[in-house]
Amino acid sequence: MIERAYLDDARSGAGLEALQSEVAGILAQFRDAGAQVVEPASLLKAETLLDLYGEAIRARAYMTSDDLGEQVLRPDFTVPIVERHLALGLEPARYAYAGPVWRKQAGAGRRAAEYLQVGFEIFDREDPARVDAEVFGLISQVLDGSGLSVATGDVGLVLAAIDALGTSETRKAALRRHVWRPARFQRLLSRFGADHTARFSAPDMKALLDAYRRGEAEKLLAKGGRQVGLRGRAEVLGRIAQLSEEAETPALTTGETDLISAILTLKGSMPDALAFVRSLGEPGLVPAADQLERRMETMEARRIATAKLPFEGSYGRTSLEYYDGFVFGFYAPGRDDLPVIATGGRYDALTRVLGGADAVPAVGAIIRPEALLALRAT
Amino acid sequence: MLKLGVPSKGRLQADTFRWFSDRGIVLRRSDDGREYAGAVEGVDGVELVLLSAGEIPRELGAGRIHLGVTGLDMVREKLPDPDRQVLALAELGFGFADLIVAVPKFWIDVDCMDDLDAVAATFRATHGHRLRVATKYHKLVRAFFQKHAVADYRIVDSQGATEGTIKNLTAEAIADITTSGATLEANHLKVLGDGPILKSQATLFAARDADWDAVRPALQTLATKLNLDLSGL
Repeated sequence: MIERAYLDDARSGAGLEALQSEVAGILAQFRDAGAQVVEPASLLKAETLLDLYGEAIRARAYMTSDDLGEQVLRPDFTVPIVERHLALGLEPARYAYAGPVWRKQAGAGRRAAEYLQVGFEIFDREDPARVDAEVFGLISQVLDGSGLSVATGDVGLVLAAIDALGTSETRKAALRRHVWRPARFQRLLSRFGADHTARFSAPDMKALLDAYRRGEAEKLLAKGGRQVGLRGRAEVLGRIAQLSEEAETPALTTGETDLISAILTLKGSMPDALAFVRSLGEPGLVPAADQLERRMETMEARRIATAKLPFEGSYGRTSLEYYDGFVFGFYAPGRDDLPVIATGGRYDALTRVLGGADAVPAVGAIIRPEALLALRAT
Repeated sequence: MLKLGVPSKGRLQADTFRWFSDRGIVLRRSDDGREYAGAVEGVDGVELVLLSAGEIPRELGAGRIHLGVTGLDMVREKLPDPDRQVLALAELGFGFADLIVAVPKFWIDVDCMDDLDAVAATFRATHGHRLRVATKYHKLVRAFFQKHAVADYRIVDSQGATEGTIKNLTAEAIADITTSGATLEANHLKVLGDGPILKSQATLFAARDADWDAVRPALQTLATKLNLDLSGL
């Protein structure tokens, strides 16, 4: 019987001691890197996570409730640590933590629903490339000699490619909002590009917009029946105006959608990726490319061979974590029975959602000690 | 004994009884109509278990009954892994219900889930909270909204009179079963495109986790009379 995630015999005796010393060893390295050890609560207010991740969190996390409302068993440490930092934090700050997280799993070959994470987070407004490199370097150092393969990416590149589009702010906002939902993102690209003409020549849409342009939208609205609910007539009219604007905005050119696809399908070593982004010659991508280059320089200065680091343009887009910059993962090759051993990345956007004006740039990473021990045992 | 779970009352029970009797199996409640027990005539070794229609999925999932009649919607909503837990043996041709998404009819800018997603973004920015969808089908609605990659919405629970929640300002959209459009029309609502979330009807299910060894003969007799295909069981 597997008693705990990926390990037999690690709930007592020698097995437990081995795990505890593994956790303590990692924590000690994080502490040596200047981190303060923190222990956030296991039970979090559901409202915060629902606002961040939406209803999808209910399918991923364990929800419960009492007379004070809904609670969730923490699916990760990031949210409570960001909240704590925003409430009390001095900057720059480094935090380390260790403890269980809980995530619902499903299907055949399901992963463990309860497992340990040992993590490290930096909140620092200065020199993001240096902070990215520090977190990656620290995790590499802890995992050194474990024979893991690495994946890296940078969600900032696709966000920059969206910003670089010569199109309406409304479209850019829609694309940014769905960066983390690849299927919907692709649909939006088609809708703003190849499908633009077809969308606005569909009979119902055409009738609606024709009425709007004749100044008869209100008449059409009145025919729709009584106003019920919180969303009022003004909002419906506002959206029709927005649709009309969208109809008149020229479709994205194939050049523009190709640029986004080029970033998303990008695969190669980190220096190859940089050379490729530069070769696109898109002025809007220069700051993101500079950032990538500066990060590589700081990594090299830490003796990380960036030429050996694989880079994928779409890596990190589907995870729960809200990453919006540098992202990375460490995998055990040939071990499909084990999950990703460590993951990390930059999540400035998350602190913006939680902190508003107090947003603070942040990078974090976690290691799964049980999976790491299971790997080393074989 | 092979345990056959059927709804304990109402139209669904009457239709179920008729479906079985048309095929030579008479289901009968015990003489005292208040007792939730009954008899099965026309096949040996089958015990009738009268249950609330909403509880039949749970009993099937746990394997405490072998067969059960309930709506596909109930099974899909209430079982964590319906494909692994139960097998649909026969669609019974009654209890039709489509699970649909509806919004106010005067939302002339909204026809499909893509529109709803766009509206949800603006709605959240305007009102400071996510667009609320009232339903009792939490799991099915969440999966459908996820499939259509809708963001910025939240599910609010509604166990009845769901069409009224929009007028009462507790939801902006609803997801509910509808048999005719009349209730929607009366509440000034319209159904969104992208098809129903689920087309449901009363269905005879087999529990994969039930203990079948001792009841094979009864199952075979039932299968012959009811013309059931047992190959997936």
